[in-house]
Amino acid sequence: MSYLDYTLGEPVVDTAAPAGPIEQRWERRRFEAKLVNPANRRKHTVIVVGTGLAGGAAGATLAEQGYRVVQFCFQDSPRRAHSIAAQGGINAAKNYRNDGDSVRRLFYDTVKGGDFRARESNVHRLAEVSVEIIDQCVAQGVPFAREYGGLLDTRSFGGVQVSRTFYARGQTGQQLLLGAYQALSRQIAAGNVEMHPRTEMLDLLVVDGRARGIVARDLVTGEIRSYTADAVVLATGGYGNVFYLSTNAKNSNATAVWRAHRRGALFANPCFTQIHPTCIPRSGDHQSKLTLMSESLRNDGRIWVPKAKGDTRPPAQIPEDERDYYLERIYPAFGNLVPRDIASRAAKVVCDEGRGVGPGGQGVYLDFADAIARLGRDAVEAKYGNLFEMYQRITAEDPYTVPMRIYPAIHYTMGGLWVDYDLQTTIPGLFAIGEANFSDHGANRLGASALMQGLADGYFVLPPTLNDYLGRTKLDAVPADHPELAAVEAESADRLNLILAVDGDRTPDSFHRELGELLWEECGMARDEAGLRRALARIPQIREEFWRRIKVPGTGEELNQALEKANRLVDYFELAELMCLDALHRAESCGGHFRTESATPDGEAARRDEEFGYAAAWEFTGTGTAPVLHKEQLVFEHVHPTQRSYA
Amino acid sequence: MNLTLRIWRQQGPDTPGEMTEYRVSGISEDMSFLEMLDTLNEELILRGERPVAFDHDCREGICGACGMVINGQAHGPERTTTCQLHMRHFRDGDTIDVEPWRAGAFPVVRDLVVDRSALDRIIGSGGYVTAPTGSAPEAHATPVPKEAADLAFEHAECIGCGACVAACPNGSAMLFTAAKVVHLNVLPQGAPERASRVRNMVGTMDEEGFGGCTNTGECATACPKGIPLSGIARLNREFLRS
Repeated sequence: MSYLDYTLGEPVVDTAAPAGPIEQRWERRRFEAKLVNPANRRKHTVIVVGTGLAGGAAGATLAEQGYRVVQFCFQDSPRRAHSIAAQGGINAAKNYRNDGDSVRRLFYDTVKGGDFRARESNVHRLAEVSVEIIDQCVAQGVPFAREYGGLLDTRSFGGVQVSRTFYARGQTGQQLLLGAYQALSRQIAAGNVEMHPRTEMLDLLVVDGRARGIVARDLVTGEIRSYTADAVVLATGGYGNVFYLSTNAKNSNATAVWRAHRRGALFANPCFTQIHPTCIPRSGDHQSKLTLMSESLRNDGRIWVPKAKGDTRPPAQIPEDERDYYLERIYPAFGNLVPRDIASRAAKVVCDEGRGVGPGGQGVYLDFADAIARLGRDAVEAKYGNLFEMYQRITAEDPYTVPMRIYPAIHYTMGGLWVDYDLQTTIPGLFAIGEANFSDHGANRLGASALMQGLADGYFVLPPTLNDYLGRTKLDAVPADHPELAAVEAESADRLNLILAVDGDRTPDSFHRELGELLWEECGMARDEAGLRRALARIPQIREEFWRRIKVPGTGEELNQALEKANRLVDYFELAELMCLDALHRAESCGGHFRTESATPDGEAARRDEEFGYAAAWEFTGTGTAPVLHKEQLVFEHVHPTQRSYA
Repeated sequence: MNLTLRIWRQQGPDTPGEMTEYRVSGISEDMSFLEMLDTLNEELILRGERPVAFDHDCREGICGACGMVINGQAHGPERTTTCQLHMRHFRDGDTIDVEPWRAGAFPVVRDLVVDRSALDRIIGSGGYVTAPTGSAPEAHATPVPKEAADLAFEHAECIGCGACVAACPNGSAMLFTAAKVVHLNVLPQGAPERASRVRNMVGTMDEEGFGGCTNTGECATACPKGIPLSGIARLNREFLRS
């Protein structure tokens, strides 16, 4: 049976969301939750994998409540998790501007922005909790931008009409993460969190149907061992690095979530990936990652390419009437400010036509000449100075005199482990928080909402629901000699040994680039049936070649970064396959998932709510064998689906 | 361009290391320094040799993971992180020395990878505000004067890369410690723990084996985030005040 012949399993009917008015569900859930006596909490061990906004916040909070937390990160310090690179800001329905914002409006904007593919109950809770996050972070000393009166400044972000985004210059993620890291550090120093840096989760331990620990590898010594607990929380981020080139940190990876998926956790909406339109284009084949620049640049920059194909003249020599300001031409009402996905796709279209600029023709101009003429150089510098400086450092071009070159890049993944209202996966005792889960953003995430969701999950949502799980569940300790531990440890070690034993003639990066280019081409900004079928045929071939030709020097008993990369790749192959299958089966366009076959007459994404108004939760059945699809039908009681239009 | 690299290779903390020479060719001036090392590592892997180990992650200058001493300077000739240093700052035919951070408190793990966990322990000894989740008052209950907020932010930008320690002839972590003490001590939220914070953090800094400060100022010159040297004066003032 081919991998493509997936079967339909039982629908997901129980999301564990309480009934009743949506405004009261979270309160009701917390009231009905079972509590654990404070004196008994230290008898419970909770494993948290990852130390980003979600994991850092969860580890600190659970330890403060008295649980024994054992936490892991592959970086040398918990402070380096990739949340640190988020620039723009964090949304919260504080309505400090008195501009009509409310929990209801943030809820509405998020469901609509997600193109009606998110679960209403979860999104409403996110909007409710958003206001507490700001209070918490301010109390920690997060240096948000302030006005002269000493109150918090906010700005409008990502096309919403209210000013609800709190920020700390262009380093909001860094400052929020350091707040969580400092709270976590306090708990580490107090002995409440046992922190394992430079340690990577390789697999999940499931005992008697429940998540009871992980198998992890000490990246310095190579030691592989089991860690047992009463519950496991995955806060391991997204899987954008499957594309090789993305704005993610180099070591962010999908192994933890994918291993959990292999052990039985359903994986939802893997094809929902977000592409950010304003990244610095690649400069050559050596490119190792892409750098994002805040999309606020589109407020004043004008995007264009030459009208003629293959026009290689420097931009200053291309006269005005030979330039195509294509966004202004196609979308006169919104112009350069169309949403992320539309701006990204339009850039790809003009580059595919041979009108792209810069090395390899993979770029479009973002021109500030008009803004500088209109506002003056000083005003432009005051607004965008740090971004211009960053651009100049990377490209050695001066954006005040030469138009910037930009190109879209993979930035965020909305898909992830399926979780219920309690953020619990389909494996009891296994929770997924932050970007690692599929919750809240539907098919498209709004700007400044990733930080909000990570902290909401970590500080406020997970602690009470985990409490409930531990309060309700009778768990015996897993004995150190339980056969499952030794079996999974051996399986993990075997895999590394198999990689080392191939001794072929291709590097891990060469395979990763090949996989990434394929995905970008066939499962990137625009997808169609033929392309997805090509990718699904090609991925098993690359995987087969990997197992014949991979070369990793050294051993598994030492710091071996090439081995880490190769091991992550093994999971990327399977994940990539599922992404393509998910994209193929979802024969509609929605949010970040654009199927060229499902477009409106003016070329916009056309949703097909009747057929695809569900979250697709996939069940693993084996490498290369067809998975089982479980549908969670989405119900919209409060926000009624409408078709977007920006023409 | 073609380059000669002399790179510190060391198997582990207890084995001796040495500078090893490599040649790389076809290096583009648009490559970052780490992409140049990627190129070398690809060649080493294909030759069956162990690639050069180095820490890196975000490659956009904010996570603080990367850091190496390049031609004797922490993060190299430009005031930025190693990942944001581009090869256009070197010339064809150059010989480049690449070493790990050198400091008593940063033992070498392997090659260019060092153990900077001492910095985490300094933070854990006081670099926080005790504000357990759920205990926070409404965010606008305490206005913060903009000057204090801006001063706090200027110091909060520290990425914990350790360049200040590596650049200091004494291997001192004063600038790192100052950055966090100033960030939190100038804010009203940090005031209740103001005295204990600075005492505990300075105490941990000394216990971890970092050197003392002799006002050389190399730290602030090497800092990729521009943490000001005046932060150390503020740290000293906070310490005396406590």
